[in-house]
Amino acid sequence: MESNKVYVDVTAEFSKEGVLTPKSFRWTDGSVYEIQRIKDIRRAASLKAGGAGMRYTCIVDGRESYLYYEDNNMWFMERAGA
Amino acid sequence: MERTILHSDINCCYAAIEHLHHPELAGKPLAVGGDPESRHGIVLTADYIAKKYGVKTGMALWQAKQVCPDITFISPRMDLYLRFSRMAHEVYSEYTDLQEPYGIDECWLDVTASSSIKGDGYTIAEEISNRMKSELGITVSIGVSFNKIYAKLGSDYKKPDAITTMYKDEFREKAWKLPASDLLYVGRSTSRKLSKLGIKTIGDLAKTDESILVNHLGKMGSVLWAFANGYDESPVRVENTHAPIKSVGNSTTTPRDLENDEDVKIVLYILAESVSARLRENGFRCRVVEISVRDNELFSFTRQKKLDHATNITGEIAAYAYQIFKANYDWRKPIRSVGVRGADLVTDNYWEQIDMFSSVELREKQMKVDVVVDDIRRRFGFYSIQRGLMYRDKALSAVNAREDHVVHPHGYFNQ
Repeated sequence: MESNKVYVDVTAEFSKEGVLTPKSFRWTDGSVYEIQRIKDIRRAASLKAGGAGMRYTCIVDGRESYLYYEDNNMWFMERAGA
Repeated sequence: MERTILHSDINCCYAAIEHLHHPELAGKPLAVGGDPESRHGIVLTADYIAKKYGVKTGMALWQAKQVCPDITFISPRMDLYLRFSRMAHEVYSEYTDLQEPYGIDECWLDVTASSSIKGDGYTIAEEISNRMKSELGITVSIGVSFNKIYAKLGSDYKKPDAITTMYKDEFREKAWKLPASDLLYVGRSTSRKLSKLGIKTIGDLAKTDESILVNHLGKMGSVLWAFANGYDESPVRVENTHAPIKSVGNSTTTPRDLENDEDVKIVLYILAESVSARLRENGFRCRVVEISVRDNELFSFTRQKKLDHATNITGEIAAYAYQIFKANYDWRKPIRSVGVRGADLVTDNYWEQIDMFSSVELREKQMKVDVVVDDIRRRFGFYSIQRGLMYRDKALSAVNAREDHVVHPHGYFNQ
């Protein structure tokens, strides 16, 4: 079975106030998606993908999706339709 | 003023964390332990489904498989559990700075001072419990009480995912009917002694004359009597005062049986390298070195030695380990597995009296060598730099030193 936890490459920005903001990510098929807006940042567990970390609620192409920053410094997403 | 103490216990900690990371195993029995591939080892934690089948902590994996054929075994990933433990402490720290960890998955919190802002003990417990669920994806049992002993009894009272209050006006009614063995520090042997005196429950213990208990149990009799009556006044200690682990050890079952001193020496050095590297990584030094030996008929023993100086120098730990081995083994049988452990840990800034006969200068040099070796291995991989000894037998020196942390809580009294 394919895992619902997808680790992705992320380009992010550190502000001088110390806020970490992901700007774009590269999905498994190689395409890069821009993150238009971040609605919410909170620590949360993902029961779908299996893991926990800082959860960024991102708006990508008008749609909401979660991007998680695990405290092992890796970013993961939930596979859609899982 | 009456204190408000919480005791929070992560339910089936290792198993819960593994369940979170394996969504495909939802609803299926799971146990964390041993090395499922090579089929040896024991169950460290079983989840509630497996427990229902009768799987218990400490069972051999094959026994667990017998009582619960559908069980999935997962090798422990200690670093992951430590990460979750840290995240849990971050949640706790938003309610109080007075938190005292008891092992990796339990913690006492003194929230007396937060109650004016955050609400009473039960409200805080509810909030913590909800946050653990949403933020970490695991459940906790929390006991709310006026002292540490009854807070712990409260968290044990109902599992999983529950909050139990043990306030002053209700602990007699709720806890006194529990078996005395539920009380902290009533182990198997004390429990046996108590039942000889006709003491079955915590209530019986509380109502027994203190002097009778002292006669039979010594000083502990008086302590347990005070515990049972709710007279425990011990404070929740401020966070980060001691390491969460008691010892660092590695052991391995070797690819072939060991037959002479040199075989053993090779393996002891590998184990010592890994133990000392882990000590250095965490900023610890050990004051006791312990070895365990198991022969090919599975007879095993452990021996330890107290050191004059706390150390994390690879060469010293290895030399002590070998010295203990030489003094305690007569080679009647070949050896199947050996282990090295550093215990009685102190932190790096521990100071001690130096003596006239050991060279401080030399030890400092050895420490520097170790740091350099660690650095080379970090950059170029473990096998990039090796001791000459390892080339004497390539098969043996390739053994994989398995981690086996001991994360037992420190004692309640001697912290």
